[in-house]
Amino acid sequence: MKKPLIRIRDGRSVRLSLFAILLGLLAGAVLILTIGGNPFVSYWHMFRGGLMDLSRIGTALASATNLVLTGLSVAFAFRTGLFNIGAAGQMLAGAMTVTAIGLSIPVGALPRPFVLLLMVLAAGLAGALWGVVPGLLKAKFNVHEVVTCIMMNWIAYNLVSWLIPAYFASNLPSETPLIPKEHLLRTGWMASIFGDNEYINYGFFISLLMMVVVGFILNRTTLGYELKAVGFNRHAAEYAGIRVNRSMVLSMAVSGLLAGLAGATYYAGYANKLVVGTLPAQGFDGIAISLIGANTPTGVFLTALFFGILHTGKGFMNAMTDTPPEIADTIIATIVYFAATSILIERYGKVAAKWWKDRKGRKTPAGTAKGGAD
Amino acid sequence: MEPIVEMIGIRKEFPGIVANDDVNLQLLKGEIHAVLGENGAGKSTLMSILFGLYQPEAGRILVRGREVRIQNPNVANDLKIGMVHQHFKLVHNFTVTENIILGLEPMVGLGALDTKKAAARIREMSTRYGLNVDPDARIEEITVGMQQRVEILKMLYRNAEILIFDEPTSVLTPQEIHELMGILKGLVREGRSILLITHKLKEIKEVADRCTVLRRGRVVGTVTVADTTEARMAEMMVGRKVSFAVDKAPAKPGAVTLEIRNLSVMGNRKVLGLRDFSLEVRKGEIVGVAGVDGNGQAELVEALTGMRRAESGQVLLNGTDITADSVRQRIRKGIAHIPEDRHKHGLVLDYSLEDNMILELYDQPPFARRGLLDREAIRPYAEKILSDFDVRSGKGVDSNARDLSGGNQQKAIVGREIELDPEVLIAVQPTRGLDVGAIEYIHRRLVEQRDGGKAVLLVSLELDEIQNLSDRIAVLFRGERMGLLEASATDENEIGLLMAGVQGKGGAA
Repeated sequence: MKKPLIRIRDGRSVRLSLFAILLGLLAGAVLILTIGGNPFVSYWHMFRGGLMDLSRIGTALASATNLVLTGLSVAFAFRTGLFNIGAAGQMLAGAMTVTAIGLSIPVGALPRPFVLLLMVLAAGLAGALWGVVPGLLKAKFNVHEVVTCIMMNWIAYNLVSWLIPAYFASNLPSETPLIPKEHLLRTGWMASIFGDNEYINYGFFISLLMMVVVGFILNRTTLGYELKAVGFNRHAAEYAGIRVNRSMVLSMAVSGLLAGLAGATYYAGYANKLVVGTLPAQGFDGIAISLIGANTPTGVFLTALFFGILHTGKGFMNAMTDTPPEIADTIIATIVYFAATSILIERYGKVAAKWWKDRKGRKTPAGTAKGGAD
Repeated sequence: MEPIVEMIGIRKEFPGIVANDDVNLQLLKGEIHAVLGENGAGKSTLMSILFGLYQPEAGRILVRGREVRIQNPNVANDLKIGMVHQHFKLVHNFTVTENIILGLEPMVGLGALDTKKAAARIREMSTRYGLNVDPDARIEEITVGMQQRVEILKMLYRNAEILIFDEPTSVLTPQEIHELMGILKGLVREGRSILLITHKLKEIKEVADRCTVLRRGRVVGTVTVADTTEARMAEMMVGRKVSFAVDKAPAKPGAVTLEIRNLSVMGNRKVLGLRDFSLEVRKGEIVGVAGVDGNGQAELVEALTGMRRAESGQVLLNGTDITADSVRQRIRKGIAHIPEDRHKHGLVLDYSLEDNMILELYDQPPFARRGLLDREAIRPYAEKILSDFDVRSGKGVDSNARDLSGGNQQKAIVGREIELDPEVLIAVQPTRGLDVGAIEYIHRRLVEQRDGGKAVLLVSLELDEIQNLSDRIAVLFRGERMGLLEASATDENEIGLLMAGVQGKGGAA
C-alpha cells in the first residue's frame, strides 16, 4: 500500500479548523452588529470583494501566494519541534536581496529568466541564512529559537533601514525606486487571464511547487523521517542515533528558505519596491496559517487561500458598507485565537455534552463534600 | 471495626478501555489493606478516584459512613485522605520543612514565613514514628528512601487518617523496604488506615491484613492475608497458575564481547555518577546490574550506548575501542538497547508502529534508497516483528505507538532490538510495569538471546528479575561496583547489603 504524496488532514483537525473559522466569523458578526452594521451584508461584500471577478480572484491568489510560503515555513519548523517566529525577518532578508539584485542589474544586461531565477534563489538563500543562525545557536548553545528569531527579525529590520537610504534610495530616502518590470515575477499572460490583474505573478507557481516539495520531504524522505522524529520526540531520536542538532539547523534552514522565497514573491511580484520601517505582516500570519492548517502542506495552502480572500475582500467591504476593514483583521485574529485554543474547545465541548447528559440522567443528589473545581 | 472508606460499584472508562468495572472496596479503620493487581488492572485508577484525580462514571464513595463526591485532591485533603505517589512530588532545592508546609505556609504578621514552629512539629512527628528525618535537610541531599518519608510526613502534617501508598517499595533497597514495613505498622497502631497498592506478594504477606485483588478492572475477590498463600494470590491476580522461576539451562559463556575498563561518567549534577567501573560480558551469558535507582545505572547505560560521554576509561566491543563512537556507530557495530523509559526513549509515540520498527534502520537499505523511504520494504519488516513478538494492536503496523498498551509497546521495542541481531543487548528494566504474561515472554526472549551465543547486560531495579535471569551479578552503589557475584552462589540478603553500600566479600567471581 502506498501512502499518498500529500496527505489530507485527518477528519478531526479539519473539523476543528473549520470550527475555529466559523467561530471567528461569528465573533466578527457580533462586532459588526455592535457598530450598527448588518453582518450578512458586510460578509457578502467581503467575500464578493475577494471572489466576484477574475481580477479579484487574481489578487486573492497573489496575496495567498506569500502566505502559503510563510505558512509552509512556520509549519516545517513546527514539524521538527521548532517555533519559527522569525519568518518576517527571513522574508525581509529575502526582500532586501531581491530588491538589491533587481535594481543593480541593468535591464537587458542578462536574459530575463536568468535574472528572475537568480533573484528567487538568492532570496531563498538569504532567508535560509537568517533561519540558520537561530538553528545554530539552539544547537550549539541551547538558546531558545523564539528569542533569537525575534532578534533576527529586528536585525533584518534595521539592516534594511540602513541599506536603503545608504545604497538604494529613490527620491525618498525611506524607499527604493520601483524595480523595473522586467525584473519582477509578474507576467503578461497571467495578468491577462485574471483580467489585467497587476499582482498575480510567477510566485503562485513557486508556492504550489513548495507545497508539493514540503509534502514530499516530510512524507517520503529519510530526511523527513528524521526531522519529524526529532519534532515528536527528540529523546527517542537521540536514542536512535539521529543527529538532533543537525536536524534542527537543517530544519531552520529549510524554514528560512521558504520564508525568504516569500520575500521574493511579495517584494518582486505582489509589490515592486521596498520601504523601510516595516516587518512584513505575512511572516506573522504564517504562524496562524500553519496553526489552522494543522502544520500540513495542503492545510496551509487552503488556509492561505482563505486568508488571501479575506485580505482582498476587506477593502471592498469597507467601500460598500460602513464596516471598517479592521473587522477583517479582527476576524483573522479571532480565528487564530480559536484555533490556538481548539484543544480547549474540544475538551469543553465534551464536558458540556457530559454535563447535559448527566443533568438529564442524574437521580442521586450531589455529595456532601464541599469545595469544587476552580 | 467499622469501615472508614467504602467504594461501591465504581466504574471508570477511558477511551477504548474500562479501567474499573463495578469495583467494590472496603477499608476498615486501623487496617492495612493491600490492593493487588497487574499493571493495567485498574489499581492506580481506583486510587486516583479516591484521591479526587479522576471522576468515576458510576458508583458511590462513602467516607466515615457519609456519601461524598471527591472532585479534586483538595476535597480528599479535607476528608483527611493522603497519598504517597509512586513518583514523589517534591521541590528538590527546598528543605524538608519547606516541602512539607508547601500550600499551608504558617505566617507571622504580614506574610513572613514561620518555619521554626513547623520544623519543630515535623521533628516531633518524625521521632514519634521513627522516621529519622532531618527537617532542615535539602531534598536533593537526602536518599530516595528518605524522600519517601518526607512524603509520609507531608500526609501526617495534614492530619491524614486514610493513607494511600502507590507502589511505595519500587525505589527502595530490600533493607529500606523492611524499614518501611515497620513504619506502616506503626501508623496503623496509631489508628490510621492504609491502602497499599502493590504487585509484590511478599510485601502483602508481611504487612497487610486484607487484600483486594483486581484483574482487568474487576474485583476478583477480597481475602484475609493470613489465610491465603502467595501462590493463591498470584493465581487470583493473573487468572492462572504462574511460575516465577525462569526456565534456563546453565550458561555456556564464550569469549568476552563487551569489556568496560575503569569507566567514569559524569552525572546530571556535575559529579561523577559512575566511578572507575569495570565489567566484562561474555558471549552466551547474562550479566545483571543490581542497585537502587539512581546509583549510576543511567550513567553506565548512557555511556555504553553513546548517549553520554565518558570522563575516563574505555568501552571495548569485541576488542575494538568504541569509547569515542557515536550512538549511530555503536548501533551499527552491534549494540542494541532496550531503554528504561519506553515513552521517552523507546518509541516515537506519534509515529506508526511501522515507522517505529525502523527507528535505527530508516536510512539503511533496503528501507531507504537515495534518501527516499521504501515503504514496500519497511512494511513487511515491521509486520514480521509484530507477529514474531506477539505485539497486539488495533490497526496492525498502522497503529500509532501511543495507542498500544504498555506491554505491547514494550514487546515491540524488545522485538525491534532483538531483530537488530546485536552482539550485545543492553536491557534496562525490560519488564517495568508489565503484567506477568508479558514478563514471562520477555524473560524467555532474553534467555534465548543468551542461548544464541549473544551477550546480554541486564540492568534492573527488580531484584527478583536480576536473580532469576542473570548468570553473574554486579552491584552498583553510589556509582561504584560494590561486588561481582555468581548468581548461583548468592542470595537476596548478600545483594541487598551490597546495594546499601555495606562492603561484603567484594570483588569475588
